[in-house]
Amino acid sequence: MTDPIPQTPILQTQALTKAFGALVAVSNVSLDFAEGRVHAIIGPNGAGKTTLINLLSGDLLPTQGTIAYRGEDITHLPSNAVSQMGIGRSYQKTNIFPDFTCLQNCWLGAQSRLNTSMKFLRPARTYRRVMERAERAIEQCGLTHRRDTRAAAMSYGEQRQLEIGMMLATEPGLLLLDEPLAGMGPDESGQVIDLIKRLSQHHTVILIEHDMDAVFAVADLLTVMVNGEVLETGTPDQIRASQAVQDAYLGTEDGGHHG
Amino acid sequence: MTMSRPTMALLLAVLAGLFTFPFYGGEFYVEMMAEMMILGIFAMSLDLLIGFTGLISFGHAAFFGFAGYMLAIVTPESEPIAIWWALPVCLAAVAVAALVIGWFSVRTSGIYFIMITLAFAQMMYYYFNENQDLGGSDGKFISWDPMVAIGDWQLLDLSDLTTLYYVCFGSLIFVYLLLTVMLNAPFGQVIRGIRANENRTRALGFATFRYKLVSFVIAGTLAGFAGFLEAVRTDFANPAYLGWHESGLVMMFVILGGMGTLYGPALGALILGLLKSEMQDYIERVNLVMGFFVIAVVLFLPHGVAGLVERLGRPKATDDGEAAP
Amino acid sequence: MDIATFLIQVLNGVQYGFMLFLVASGLTLVFGIMGIINLAHGAFYMFGAYVVYWLTDYTGSLTLGVLLGLPLVIVLGLVIERFAISYLYKRDHLYQVLLTYGLILILNEAQLEIWGTNFYSVPKPDLLSGSIPLTENLDYPVYRLFISVVCLAIVAALYLVIGRTRLGMMIRAGASDREMAQAMGINISRLFAIVFALGVALAAFSGMIGAPISSVFPGMGDQILIISFVVVVIGGIGSVKGAFIGAMVIGLADTFGKVLVPEFASIVIYAVMALVLLWRPQGLFGKA
Repeated sequence: MTDPIPQTPILQTQALTKAFGALVAVSNVSLDFAEGRVHAIIGPNGAGKTTLINLLSGDLLPTQGTIAYRGEDITHLPSNAVSQMGIGRSYQKTNIFPDFTCLQNCWLGAQSRLNTSMKFLRPARTYRRVMERAERAIEQCGLTHRRDTRAAAMSYGEQRQLEIGMMLATEPGLLLLDEPLAGMGPDESGQVIDLIKRLSQHHTVILIEHDMDAVFAVADLLTVMVNGEVLETGTPDQIRASQAVQDAYLGTEDGGHHG
Repeated sequence: MTMSRPTMALLLAVLAGLFTFPFYGGEFYVEMMAEMMILGIFAMSLDLLIGFTGLISFGHAAFFGFAGYMLAIVTPESEPIAIWWALPVCLAAVAVAALVIGWFSVRTSGIYFIMITLAFAQMMYYYFNENQDLGGSDGKFISWDPMVAIGDWQLLDLSDLTTLYYVCFGSLIFVYLLLTVMLNAPFGQVIRGIRANENRTRALGFATFRYKLVSFVIAGTLAGFAGFLEAVRTDFANPAYLGWHESGLVMMFVILGGMGTLYGPALGALILGLLKSEMQDYIERVNLVMGFFVIAVVLFLPHGVAGLVERLGRPKATDDGEAAP
Repeated sequence: MDIATFLIQVLNGVQYGFMLFLVASGLTLVFGIMGIINLAHGAFYMFGAYVVYWLTDYTGSLTLGVLLGLPLVIVLGLVIERFAISYLYKRDHLYQVLLTYGLILILNEAQLEIWGTNFYSVPKPDLLSGSIPLTENLDYPVYRLFISVVCLAIVAALYLVIGRTRLGMMIRAGASDREMAQAMGINISRLFAIVFALGVALAAFSGMIGAPISSVFPGMGDQILIISFVVVVIGGIGSVKGAFIGAMVIGLADTFGKVLVPEFASIVIYAVMALVLLWRPQGLFGKA
């Protein structure tokens, strides 16, 4: 592979492997993610993409291999510690607090950046900087008009936006986006694609997405995964031209179960 | 913590009634109301776990009963102990017990948590029930009420019923306000998040174990506070107070009243307590009626009385609404 | 402690462990397959004991008592499943705890109403009332040995039913994936009723065969319930194998605790539970 971008990786995995019993969901994945880039991971269902994200975010612990963030080993950190390092993630299945308002959802994300939340007396809403951060996140994800709406009462697309907003409220440097467009109509998709483009100006993004048009529109680099392994990494043009990728997608891959 | 107008009005009426109660209630009912208010504190402490943190503790009575035994242990035979000593020592002991039990239990969730809290509570129950130095299954008398005095100047006489009533009433309001403040502070936001979705709360960067443990310790200590008052009221440390029937009863208060509302569980304690003591005069097998009552509440009134009141108070349920956190 | 005493204690511990397994396996099956935490489980144990006391008194035979009594308690269990438990399948554990707590209140009062507060003893069958001499002055009751053998047979039967039969296959399918089981045409509500009946039968049966050695008294169900919880928590909730190991651990720990540290006897098993949880929070065979 000829990498045209000579940069120190912000995130690096080495021989990362996750097995569930006999099923190896992620196998021997060594990847460098360059700072400031949008790096998409694509592949058929069951390729292990979401498992990979879960490993990176600390939601799952790997069976083998290491993960380093800015040179620091984070392999065995739980998800809260990973989040505190500055890695934010959104979930494929909407994972918000349904009974909280939009603001309260983002508020909780913002509050996590206090030194501690073991504060028992002063009302939460009087913490001005937390409030500002939450408001900023709402604005960024485009939900200002829904600020005080209960999350459960919002449309599916808006919930997906809130999913990203909550993550932004933690002010991460690296974003892990797990199928942000899943289940969205074309209009909503367009909005989120614009959002990702805007975010990519100031953040490093690792993106899993099935919508190939969207992926090729926003990604600087692509990694193709098949059966838990990395098939190929390259620029959009390289991937488009790759025979191996063509074979993998058009060949005998059955969809398999969801990964 | 928004409350609808009718709920507010009802609550104020109840408070006014409680405040003036000793003037017209009569000794028997004043004594009983003091007990109900103590149970109200106990129920609110459990609501912090069940209704706000999402931890279904089935061993909460252990802390209630343990505080009573602590008072029995620290009170000398010959003279009263100053409350400035007795209360902090008893609460500290309960807090330590809650910390140890919580440390084991809180790392588990769901049904494990239910079973483990129950098992630890039973362990404490058996310990006191079989410890002959502390009276075994008969329990232990507490010879003196703690003294509330500065120097020789006695502030309150806890053996006086009216005084005790107002102490319990003041404590109930104090605990309610304390919990309300805490739940509106950042700590409260985190535990509500944990109740709604613990994994997501963790992913946002919160070490959820710590918050659950602190919540468990606070709830246990407040239950201990209620148990302390109950021991003062009855002059007695009772092993049955640690048992699982008591834990089930207080859980029943919380659900009947409406979990996650604080005032609901206190109301639940009042309703169920009154019902039980009134029935005792007419029906031999009170528990039989209670059993059917419990089942009826689970099947037909899962959000409790508070849920009912809120629903009646807000005829049109709006999906929008509720302001800042 | 000499060898013979030690051996007797081991036998006692194992026999107690077998009894605990019977009760706890019912609890863990009902939870593992139906997702129900059933506090009333101990009440079925108690009813088993009382019914066998009553029938044995009436017929003069423990065997007849068990044969006639078991169906009675199972019918009681099925009625309760139909009219109370079945409303809980999709509800939060909190409500399951409360409703079954309400059931305990009712069943305990029913017991008091029917049989009162007296303690009763149930005679052992003549055939099994003897003892086997171990040394000159120590012997071991045949009936306890008999209990162990019967329990062992039930363990084997359970193993075969769950591992080899169509019912067992449905049970395993229901446990791992409810929707899938439904899609395969398994009648879930009937399956659940069967599983619940099996749980009730296990609890009642152990109450019955245990009656001659433990006597029959009010509140015996509460006691066994809590110990079963400890067993199930140690073994891992939902795991029958775990319940077996947990029951043996607790049976032996309790027996030896009473001999070695009598003043702390009642809290030994909880200390064991705490230690196990320290090591494996999800129990020995539980899924994390």
